[in-house]
Amino acid sequence: MSMLKILSRLFGIFRRRDNLKIGFYGPPNAGKTSLANLLCKDWTGEELGSVSEIPHETRHVQFKEKVEIEHKGKKMVLKIVDTPGIATKIDYEDFLGYGIGKQDAKKRAKEATQGIIEAIKWLDDMDAVVIVLDSAENPYSQVNLTIIGNLLARKIPVLVVANKIDLRKSNVKKIEAAFPEYPVVGISARKAMNMNEFYDALFKLTKKV
Amino acid sequence: MIVKKNNKLKGLSIHIMPYSEIRELTITERVKKILNLILGNRVVILQGRLRPEEEIRLIEDTMAMVDHIKTFKGIELAVVDSNKDEGFFLRMKRGIARGLTGESNSLTVIGPASIVKEIKKDPSKIEVFFG
Repeated sequence: MSMLKILSRLFGIFRRRDNLKIGFYGPPNAGKTSLANLLCKDWTGEELGSVSEIPHETRHVQFKEKVEIEHKGKKMVLKIVDTPGIATKIDYEDFLGYGIGKQDAKKRAKEATQGIIEAIKWLDDMDAVVIVLDSAENPYSQVNLTIIGNLLARKIPVLVVANKIDLRKSNVKKIEAAFPEYPVVGISARKAMNMNEFYDALFKLTKKV
Repeated sequence: MIVKKNNKLKGLSIHIMPYSEIRELTITERVKKILNLILGNRVVILQGRLRPEEEIRLIEDTMAMVDHIKTFKGIELAVVDSNKDEGFFLRMKRGIARGLTGESNSLTVIGPASIVKEIKKDPSKIEVFFG
């Protein structure tokens, strides 16, 4: 963490309340880019990146500056930072099942490993983080705990989003039970469900910065 | 040494690592030591747990190795805590406050992804699946 950032956190000076950097972190295929796209499309008219059912579709950090969000009469300007999904293993053979050729699968795997390293390096730069989890999956994976542990150690405010509540197997309560110390909001980025609650939680999150 | 025949495990090498083995090491040395064992196809069971910044460094260095070593696909990693009722936040806070997370009543399981297919974890149990 830079000295300027440490000073700004300690004394609340030099802190810009606008253009706060909000990172979207989480495991692969949880819907980080879908949610980032929804926000960017709604408030800037442009999406941020492509989405796919194939894991590791996002393999580079991508961001949109000056996303002005208005909700219930309040406004804020954010820098939305969408990051590649963090994983502990990458096997190109996992991509072959999605109809990708061997060479492309190997290229995808190589880019995915580099994307994870890039995502980790960006952690220090975030003002606040939205952890996006697939609410139909087990939340107790070590990757989730490691990401949250690092944010806690860095004193970066966290909002947990339980995505994909439109799925039959979705279980938001299990995510709430896994992370009882953090606000959890259930949404479906794909179907834009529960977005009012998400914006309420997002505004509360930025107040903690 | 792990010996595979017809895709079936014939042996499994587990390295039990007391925290004293890494206590005096820097973060770089700790991660390097663990990854060297993993590259030797060993499953490491560490007494205690790594600090959050060490865990994320382990993931970072693992990815760098996946990128450079053709046969290496990564790791499986899980931490088992004895104080289940305490909640993640309190346990993590305590770990950070201590600075020496090895003093905690945790166990960390780290294995090569080619051998440890999956570690399933929920609040009450941990299951390790070997390939």
